[in-house]
Amino acid sequence: MPILQPIGRAFLGFIEVAGRLTLFAFTGVSHCVRPPIFLRLTLRQMVEIGFYSLPVVGLTAIFTGMVLALQSYTGFARFSAESAIPNVVVVSITRELGPVLAGLMVAGRVGAAMAAEIGTMRVTEQIDALDTLATNPFKYLVAPRLIAGVTMLPLLVLVADAIGVFGGYVVSVFKLGFNPGNYIKNTMDFMEPIDVISGLVKASVFGFLITLMGCYHGYNSKGGAQGVGTATTNAVVSASILILCFNYFITELFFAR
Amino acid sequence: MNGTVPKIRIRNLHKAFGEKVVLDGVDLDIGQSESVVIIGGSGTGKSVTLKCILGLLHPDAGSIQVDGEEVVGLQGQGLERVRRKFGMLFQNAALFDSMLVWENVAFGLIQGQAVGRREAKAIALEKLAAVGLRPQVGELSPAELSGGMRKRVGLARAIATNPDIIFFDEPTTGLDPIMGDVINDLIVETVKQMGATALSITHDMASARKIADRIAMLYEGKIIWAGPTPEIDQSENPYVEQFIHGRAEGPIGMQVRAL
Repeated sequence: MPILQPIGRAFLGFIEVAGRLTLFAFTGVSHCVRPPIFLRLTLRQMVEIGFYSLPVVGLTAIFTGMVLALQSYTGFARFSAESAIPNVVVVSITRELGPVLAGLMVAGRVGAAMAAEIGTMRVTEQIDALDTLATNPFKYLVAPRLIAGVTMLPLLVLVADAIGVFGGYVVSVFKLGFNPGNYIKNTMDFMEPIDVISGLVKASVFGFLITLMGCYHGYNSKGGAQGVGTATTNAVVSASILILCFNYFITELFFAR
Repeated sequence: MNGTVPKIRIRNLHKAFGEKVVLDGVDLDIGQSESVVIIGGSGTGKSVTLKCILGLLHPDAGSIQVDGEEVVGLQGQGLERVRRKFGMLFQNAALFDSMLVWENVAFGLIQGQAVGRREAKAIALEKLAAVGLRPQVGELSPAELSGGMRKRVGLARAIATNPDIIFFDEPTTGLDPIMGDVINDLIVETVKQMGATALSITHDMASARKIADRIAMLYEGKIIWAGPTPEIDQSENPYVEQFIHGRAEGPIGMQVRAL
């Protein structure tokens, strides 16, 4: 049946890519836990991923918190349930919006940069040069980025949580007339440790996915400038899709009854 | 060839990419402290041969021995140990953009041999001086260098760890004839001083004549002629004759599509 051929070919292609990606991930992770670890490079990546992503993640979080409070108010006012706004804001931000939006923003900023940098190194033979200088590219390029991604995303999300909740507080207190003390008390009373912990676990997984996609697509890029461009696009798109998929599964893991 | 055990021995090397056969049974011996140049047209598998020796590509079949040790199939630390014997000058130098010039030169010392940064920098500046570059160049980034300077820095990096074997991938490509000759002189001088074994690939015959003790010609995946450099003009091989004189007419057909 001719119609089945392209479907079969696409399926086999998908299996092949999944296999390669899994092998790449295992190799990368194995180099994260085996010495030597390149501390200087890891710290540099931590600064790149964590510190330099703060402005974009912070801006995203504050406006998200503000919009959330405003939209919740317009909806809840119909049922005289305005007092639930602090609860909605803190749960939405810590469980979902903080990690997912921070993850997507970092995927766009860091994942693309990683794929472009490693891809350029690939097409200009710099990765071959690493090999000939007896330096394992996985240890030198991939492991520091994976470690930095897994450790820095939770910290970023912690900051995003605080800024997002603060955004909701600003709108609720200064625009909607909430009592500041009551708002903070409601927020603290309603928030549970599992809300924040689940968000941090998600952030760590997202950090792994973003850096893995950036490294994988960059490492396997070919064909000059066009190949690097394709790798960059693929890194961002695949990381974004994986973030949304894994977000569902981790949510189900934590909260499904 | 000097000595009885070749520094590098290649036997029946095969490599294909899909249906395209690039290497089809390459046999080549390179003796200790010998400088061999592989010549051949673009796409004949010269770079693939080098990459197979370095373990950057895995041959489909055949044997590659370095100092009598089989390197095909080597992985992990075994491969890294063998690679420490090599230095390589890449076609476009392949300098690390994110590092200063001296850090590029010192990279193999710091990462591969655990030399301290201060000592490695001193050695790097010595190597830069050996290729005719001032210490100030060490503080520049690779993006600030001209093509000739990049090649020199690449050469300094290739010799920084005093390797037994040095590979030169198209060392004069993209350079003007004078700078090309300067690089050729540097290659001859450094290889002789270090007593290293050199394997170069090029299609620049002036460069090949200058740096080679022996020349081998690769065509359609096989070594079709090999011999001492002075004998290449009397090879009586029509393929070699056509290539070294750069003639369009001859047995080597160029696949050119009519407009």
